[in-house]
Amino acid sequence: MRSTRRFAAFAALGLTLAACSSEAGSQAADQAESTAEVQEDVSFDAGTTMAELNEAGSITIGTKFDQPGFGLLNPQSGDPEGFDVEIAKLVAAELGIAEGDINWTETVSANREPFIQNGQVDMVVATYTINDARKQVVDFAGPYYVAGQDIMVAAGNPEGIEGPEDLAGKSVCSVEGSTPAQNIRDNYPEAQLVTYDVYSKCADDLANGNVQAVTTDNVILTGLVAGNPEGFELVGNPFTEEPYGIGLQLGDTEFRDFVNTVLEESFEDGRWADAWDRTAGRITGEEAPEPPMVDRY
Amino acid sequence: MQFLSDNADLLWSAFLTTLSLAVVSGVCALVLGTVLAAMRVSPVAPLRGLATFYVEVFRNTPLTVVFFFLAFGIVQIDLQFPSRFITAVAALSLYTAAFVCEALRSGINAVPPGQAEAARALGLTFGQSLRQVVLPQAFRTVVPPLGNVWIALAKNTSIAAGFAVTDLTAALQRLANANADQLLAVFAAVVLGYLVITLPSAWLIRAIETRVAIVR
Repeated sequence: MRSTRRFAAFAALGLTLAACSSEAGSQAADQAESTAEVQEDVSFDAGTTMAELNEAGSITIGTKFDQPGFGLLNPQSGDPEGFDVEIAKLVAAELGIAEGDINWTETVSANREPFIQNGQVDMVVATYTINDARKQVVDFAGPYYVAGQDIMVAAGNPEGIEGPEDLAGKSVCSVEGSTPAQNIRDNYPEAQLVTYDVYSKCADDLANGNVQAVTTDNVILTGLVAGNPEGFELVGNPFTEEPYGIGLQLGDTEFRDFVNTVLEESFEDGRWADAWDRTAGRITGEEAPEPPMVDRY
Repeated sequence: MQFLSDNADLLWSAFLTTLSLAVVSGVCALVLGTVLAAMRVSPVAPLRGLATFYVEVFRNTPLTVVFFFLAFGIVQIDLQFPSRFITAVAALSLYTAAFVCEALRSGINAVPPGQAEAARALGLTFGQSLRQVVLPQAFRTVVPPLGNVWIALAKNTSIAAGFAVTDLTAALQRLANANADQLLAVFAAVVLGYLVITLPSAWLIRAIETRVAIVR
């Protein structure tokens, strides 16, 4: 008798939690197969990172596992999928490494620099904004995409939020430690900022009406809107520029030049646009944008 | 070091948040845990059952799940805490009370049955004998395990960082991402913040233990 009662309580708890978990994570996009063609016989100067990786026949790449459209773990295959992932596969292919030989490692925002610094990953492709503080400890190839901070509101935009100035006095949600959260703190102090550890909690809070807006890079918000198109909409007025780069070991100039060249080639020959169409473009429904200029600093 | 003094305000307020989370939750958990322990040894069967059920549910549910349920689950039944800080205090108190209860119950079990029997023989009610004879002895026995529960609670407050409370761990996340070149200083500052709370607690617990321990 007692055990039945206990079971019922657990079941009720479980159901409630399952019902309120965000739907953003559940939409693993069914992707067409990758088109990155592996370079069979490539040779690199001895002693370079390229030669080492080519010799080893495998590469460890850090990416996000929770960002629809850019890096989202497919629970069936155990591999991440998205635009970042496709960019990483392009680079690996040029090193002569097939996608099956890539070891994917989850790099959340806080561990990207340490993972690069102590060599746990060979490179990081993880919606990684290039900025000066980060350039002190890691090198960046790219940018391969320029995102912008935008605002997500409840469908119909009941508060009439058009841009960051309209956030004054409203509660807006973002992720602790993220660049968008810091931007709100620094430049729009009138907004009441609420910070969680992941964006899906922000989406839950927006759905509950606990916050009036969610802000971060437009590409991340697009993924959240795709998870709940009836509930959310994007203001569609990006107010920052976030150049996404590929994080590499500091001072490895040869490797950085190599990755930059790969990126430029992929911009030219359409592989970059194709990767966009199969991943993030599928969620946003938008054509591939004009590729950015690689910054060989 | 320059960078640490630049962010001293944030670190200080984050430290105070962590400390107040731990202290407020600690007091609530102690009160609730004591009530639960009294219920678990009471002669009234439904009370015993209720307390046992509570302890088994909260002791065996991960704290993060408790947090998630209080922050996002109860909204489904139109309930809500007035602030995220109070949500965090509620989650930490409800969870920790289960451990306080069990620690205290072990102390109650350590009081020789003759004590309780003598109290009843003197004509004290159940409540009186619990308050005046059994619990005072029980508390003195369980100082070390209660100390462990308290230190675990102080560290568990870090989960609040994932639920919109700006404590030391949240400050760590914020500063680490914004100051990639100062990672070690950020870690050192945050670790120091926790040690300032937990280490003196450990010394205090040991001091109390030597003072009040019952030699049997």
